[in-house]
Amino acid sequence: MPDAAAIEIEHVAKSYAGILALDVERLRLEARATLALIGPSGCGKSTLLRLLVGLIRPDRGTILVGGTPMSPETRRTLQLRMGYVIQEGGLFPHLDGKDNVALVARDQGWPDARIRDRIAELLELTQIPPALLERFPTQLSGGQRQRVALMRALMLDPEVLLLDEPLTALDPMIRSDLQRDLKQVFERLRKTVLFVTHDMAEAAYVAGEMAIMRAGRILQRGTVSDLARNPADPFVTEFIRAQRLLDVAEIARP
Amino acid sequence: MRPTILRLAAALSILVGTAGDVGAAGDRVTVGSKAFPESWILSEALAQVMRSEGIPEVEHRNNLGGTEIVFQALRSGAIDVYPEYTGTILEVVLHSPRRLTLPEIRQELSKQGLGVSEPLGFNDSYAIAVTRAARDRYGLRTISDLARHPEVRMGMTHEFLGRPDGWPGLARHYGLAMRNVVGIQHELAYAALAGGRIDATDIYTTDAQIERLGLTILEDDRGFFPRYDAVWLYRLDLGARDPRAIAAMNRLAGRIDESRMIRANARVVLGQRPFRESADSLLGESLADRPAGAARGGDHGLWGSIARNTAQHLKLVALSLLVAVLVGVPLGVLATRSAFLGGAILSVSGLLQTIPSLALLAVLIPLLGIGVLPALVALFLYSLLPIVRNTYVGLTTIPAPLAEAAQAIGLSNRARLFRVYLPMASPAIMAGIKTSAVINVGTATLAALIGAGGLGEPILSGIQLRQNALILQGAIPAAVLALLVQRLFDALDAVIVPRGLRLPPDRI
Repeated sequence: MPDAAAIEIEHVAKSYAGILALDVERLRLEARATLALIGPSGCGKSTLLRLLVGLIRPDRGTILVGGTPMSPETRRTLQLRMGYVIQEGGLFPHLDGKDNVALVARDQGWPDARIRDRIAELLELTQIPPALLERFPTQLSGGQRQRVALMRALMLDPEVLLLDEPLTALDPMIRSDLQRDLKQVFERLRKTVLFVTHDMAEAAYVAGEMAIMRAGRILQRGTVSDLARNPADPFVTEFIRAQRLLDVAEIARP
Repeated sequence: MRPTILRLAAALSILVGTAGDVGAAGDRVTVGSKAFPESWILSEALAQVMRSEGIPEVEHRNNLGGTEIVFQALRSGAIDVYPEYTGTILEVVLHSPRRLTLPEIRQELSKQGLGVSEPLGFNDSYAIAVTRAARDRYGLRTISDLARHPEVRMGMTHEFLGRPDGWPGLARHYGLAMRNVVGIQHELAYAALAGGRIDATDIYTTDAQIERLGLTILEDDRGFFPRYDAVWLYRLDLGARDPRAIAAMNRLAGRIDESRMIRANARVVLGQRPFRESADSLLGESLADRPAGAARGGDHGLWGSIARNTAQHLKLVALSLLVAVLVGVPLGVLATRSAFLGGAILSVSGLLQTIPSLALLAVLIPLLGIGVLPALVALFLYSLLPIVRNTYVGLTTIPAPLAEAAQAIGLSNRARLFRVYLPMASPAIMAGIKTSAVINVGTATLAALIGAGGLGEPILSGIQLRQNALILQGAIPAAVLALLVQRLFDALDAVIVPRGLRLPPDRI
């Protein structure tokens, strides 16, 4: 399927205890596109990511990854084609950095030599000091943990990267370093990236496009200046303003 | 017909006791005894006579708990014969409301494949004994006198309190309405009598303590207590297997009267002589042609017996714990799979924990006989809960984001369980195993009650004989063992719990 989008979501809805958490008519992400999902807490952006990675199943609708519908049968295969990073990294505390990174590859039966080579390649790519991989998660700083988690997500060279607020828990200096590094990795690897954040500046910096969500719906999708210039909904303007990053008028200026 | 304490002790001794196979072996004749000295002495005497009759292999398994346990052992074929009392047979075995004659008893029991010998010659009946002080203060002479003094403090054994031919029947028969009735272990009752804590207790008419403590037996003036004539209760198939066994029983019939039995008991209880020696002396007094070289075996020396009991104890603990781990951890994993399964597994394993050990043993004996196997099963069941529960808790308390991460990164079910979930739950699982191990070391002293040996054996005998040194021979090694087991598992933590989970947090 040459024209299959990397990610395609159609008529997907998900409720929890009768409360609608997500209702997305259509969301399509072309291969190698980067999209930031942004919105206030509870807007459904994490639910969307959890649906995509197969942690939960939608009440209705279809989710396609690289053209393959997500189902209990295809879930594991599709998961192997996606790298997933969560807020605190999700590194397993009983494994050191290297074992965390190699965990899935080992389960896939990769020979040790191949694992070694791939790790060397990733160290080169992500500029992570090799010593970090000898440490256990509790011995790493928050930023270091996220770098190792990113490495783990990249280990099988997936087509898609899903990042759920990966930088939220970090302090500002480290956060800005990591934003820069992430952006470089995305540009260099040209993966399809879906990036959840509630920080407008981060979204604008790291991803090409953003989609603003509220109450389970995608209100508007576009670049930051598209959103500022032609807000589809008063909430969009309000959200941008509340971020206090810049004057809306200033962003909107061509 | 001995009291509850004895039964408990017996149950204990079974658990801990001598290693042994279930069921009587082909040519071997196995004589059982309850967990009190009179029973030991009689069985030992019979075993000696059987050997002198030429039976090649005679085993005496002592301390088989109370009536229920030893009778089940007889029915299941784990033992061939043991000394019993006619009154006990009527009440506990036949549940007969009527006082049957010996031929009638024989006829009833033959339906169960069991035989009853001629009486040995003494009547070891229940009686009520009071202290000299209480006798003088209240002017007690007969049981009827008690009805006029409801303030007399009664300390009764639990068996006596529970038996229809014990306290409930006695109180009804005499119209007693005592205000202070407590249940107490038989041996502790002596201490309570001596210390003036209770005034009266149930006792056996051949009890060596009657004289020592200066107790007065109240006359059964309205004839409540049936006769408790000592007899041999045996499997009828024994006669076919080896007629010499029956001949041995008959040689002792009518030869042991009350005074001989009281003396034999006193040698053990008061004189602290080994029961084998006392049995030997009893035979010397009772049989004209006493068997030669009768007393034999059993003397291992202090350190030898401590080592033997400790080794047996360790074996029971290690085997039962191993199986409990092999079963408990998978059950704990299974319990996380659905709320229904989890509820069912956790409640059943919790329920097992609440079954009193004697009750559990009494249930297991008809199924598994006596000896090591039922002891292992009981210990296994008691070890399950901490392991199952800790496995369950360890798995369900893995932080949700990490549990989800393990599901989202495409691991196989196997790798998720064995490389992520179980290692992360390992500190909790190890803590559960450690708890089970330490509890198991303590509980395994009960194994002596069903003839499985171990450190409960000296404890049980020590309680029976009121020899603290003997109790300590079991109690001290058991305590040391518990500490060592704890240490061993602390050391095992370092091997089994992944290093990443043992690091102090956030040191960079």
